[in-house]
Amino acid sequence: MTQGEIVAGCLAPHPPHLVYAENPPQNEPVAEGGWEQLRWGYERLRESLKDVDYDAIVLLSPHWQTYVGTHFLGLPNFKSLSVDPVFPNLFRYHYDLNIDVELTRNIHDKAAEAGLSVKMMENPDFRVDYGTITTGHMFNPVWDKPLVVVSSNRSRDYYSVEVMQEMMIELGRVTREAILESGKKVVVLASNSLSHRHFTTESEIPEDMSKEHITSHAMHLWDMRMIDYIRSGQAQRILDEMPEFTEQAIAESDGGGLSWLLSTLDTPSYPGILHGYGTIIGTGNAIVEWPERNHKEASQ
Amino acid sequence: MSEGGLVGSFIVPVHPHTVLVPEQNEGWQRLRNAFDEAAQRIKDSNADLLVIYSTTWPSIIGHQIQADPNPEWVMVDHDFHDLGSIPYSFNIDSEFAHAWDEANKKRGLKSRTINYTGFPIDVGSVVALKLLNPDNVIPAVIVSSNVYANRSETTVLAKSCLDVIKATGRKAVAITAMSLSNRMFTTAIDPKDDKIHSLKDDEWNRKILEFLGEGRLEDVGQLSRTIHKQIRVQKVVAFKPMWWLAGMNENRNNLTGDVLAYEAIHGAGGAVVHLDPTPSGAGDKEYDEDDVEFFSGERNVLDAEGDAPSFDAQIPEAQQTTTSSGPALWEPTTGESSVNSDAAPKPVGMYPHARRVGDLLYLSGVGPRQPGTNAIPGGPICDDQGAPLNYDIKAQTRAVVDNITRILEEAGGSIDDVLDVTSFLVDMDRDFAGYNEVWADTLGKVGPTRTTLAIRALPTPIAVEMKVIARAPKEN
Repeated sequence: MTQGEIVAGCLAPHPPHLVYAENPPQNEPVAEGGWEQLRWGYERLRESLKDVDYDAIVLLSPHWQTYVGTHFLGLPNFKSLSVDPVFPNLFRYHYDLNIDVELTRNIHDKAAEAGLSVKMMENPDFRVDYGTITTGHMFNPVWDKPLVVVSSNRSRDYYSVEVMQEMMIELGRVTREAILESGKKVVVLASNSLSHRHFTTESEIPEDMSKEHITSHAMHLWDMRMIDYIRSGQAQRILDEMPEFTEQAIAESDGGGLSWLLSTLDTPSYPGILHGYGTIIGTGNAIVEWPERNHKEASQ
Repeated sequence: MSEGGLVGSFIVPVHPHTVLVPEQNEGWQRLRNAFDEAAQRIKDSNADLLVIYSTTWPSIIGHQIQADPNPEWVMVDHDFHDLGSIPYSFNIDSEFAHAWDEANKKRGLKSRTINYTGFPIDVGSVVALKLLNPDNVIPAVIVSSNVYANRSETTVLAKSCLDVIKATGRKAVAITAMSLSNRMFTTAIDPKDDKIHSLKDDEWNRKILEFLGEGRLEDVGQLSRTIHKQIRVQKVVAFKPMWWLAGMNENRNNLTGDVLAYEAIHGAGGAVVHLDPTPSGAGDKEYDEDDVEFFSGERNVLDAEGDAPSFDAQIPEAQQTTTSSGPALWEPTTGESSVNSDAAPKPVGMYPHARRVGDLLYLSGVGPRQPGTNAIPGGPICDDQGAPLNYDIKAQTRAVVDNITRILEEAGGSIDDVLDVTSFLVDMDRDFAGYNEVWADTLGKVGPTRTTLAIRALPTPIAVEMKVIARAPKEN
């Protein structure tokens, strides 16, 4: 069997506002646009990968929060209605997604062998979280690739950012191993914002872009610092500063997605491509691609 | 119509075990039996409304109130999905929900009703309604727990609910769906091995239940922040249900309490508690915070003009220690790698003085404020009304260097360990020369790399702050 490959890793945020603004037929609410900078960023990401062949998408969402280890969707198909409990006015999405159960099982088993607490989710009534669906839709609106969906183990809540990182770096390592051994070509997505301080009010028209901005200068500075590291190929510095970033920017990296992604990508020393940055209800969001071709060049 | 009021209050656990698999553990079964007893007491009270405040329904934009008259779906827990599914079909008092929403707005709260097919009713509410209202006879209303709300907002939320209960003559039962200690085991366990996660959690739980058993609800509310710090994992929702429940009981401390059960659910503390409004004669109350009738808090962050330079006002007050005319001061946060010093000024937010990562120390931004007095050497840059004042940038800069020295010494190092400094000046034109002069006499002799930035403002009325990376002393 040929060796598998991670053809790209992406930071791909999930605020439901993006799907809302796109007005896809699957989503019930209707918008007058909004958050174009980020939606165009997703367009650029899709364009960048349109000629890249791959078999599956591995996605970690911080809105499937598990406190008893890391869980994986473990049935071939999930079809239902996902309503965001925080922004139900924006996101009521009828989803129908397929799971690559074989690859899921491989990652699950490798994680278990490594000593991580893991569980397959095999309850057919389970509803998929809006973070998974938003990132899944924005990355691949036609939903023609099977997914591996990984929960967000809230070890940061229980222990510390450092412990979270240890676990997620290990999970990233075994994710990479499982993908390479699978013979499949895979895209890996971490679905999280950067700074994550929300506005606590919503404008009358949610998509009124005259109201949208970062919540504070401090959040902006942190986001730009992280983006600088991304663009200059300093993933290790992101990991090193994750404790400060997570605490001071109230960053959504607390869910482990970014640490896991960087580990899965073998801690890139090559630049990531910034396809877009923008704020959503005050939170900072970047769309970033680390292409495999750059990894190969950096490894030579 | 006679004036309405509360006919009882209940505290119940949130996890699905009591609904799906009580037989797997004797403690879970005792909790289930207590739920059944509570359901009977509610029935006997002739209540005509159940009001649920659930910690497992977080919200960001104010508070949300369920207003779908008949929400139906199948609930599966995110963690315990292997235990099974819980189909539900609830009887929601939509009219009350809308009235509460209006009452919230009159008291200054951000609030909205929710009525969408397929809305995911949270696990805490599902468990409470399935077991406390099994035949669905009593209409219910459910409110979210806002992640940014603090005591005043949560108390006012209760008062607006009481406004409607009284105005409509309802006989209501208030229910908080919550854990006591909420630290669960992070790995799978055999059900028969379940226990409270730690002795410390167990002791705190028993103290809380001792108070509640004596009907001293307001005392528990007053201890809410302490309890949160002691036995709560820092999830998004703090121990704020006790503020709401105390508010619903008009901050009384002399209820008649009855702890029906207390057991572990996957390590977390679960209890079924009944608080009857009949006076027990116990418990005076001593407020350590002002009562509040109208919420006029920290919203309006959409207004760019009013956007405060500090975001601290929006953070739950869990670790604030003192207040002044400037931002609140906080105890430095603690963690394995944190370095904090009593000889350094208290933070203005939820962060430590420094953190050690490998061979490096990362210091939080250090200003000139003095530990203890909070005084600013060289004087503040403006008065309480924002009017500019003359100040001494050299004195401020020297004080910053002194504070950096104290923090590094706390870590076992010295000022000679400084490797890299980012300095922030609020008035580059006015202050750079004086700052640079002090630098040359102090850190300049150490030799760190340096970047100096002009910025619009700092959280306190100071002119200079430094962000430092230093060499960490070797650990023993």
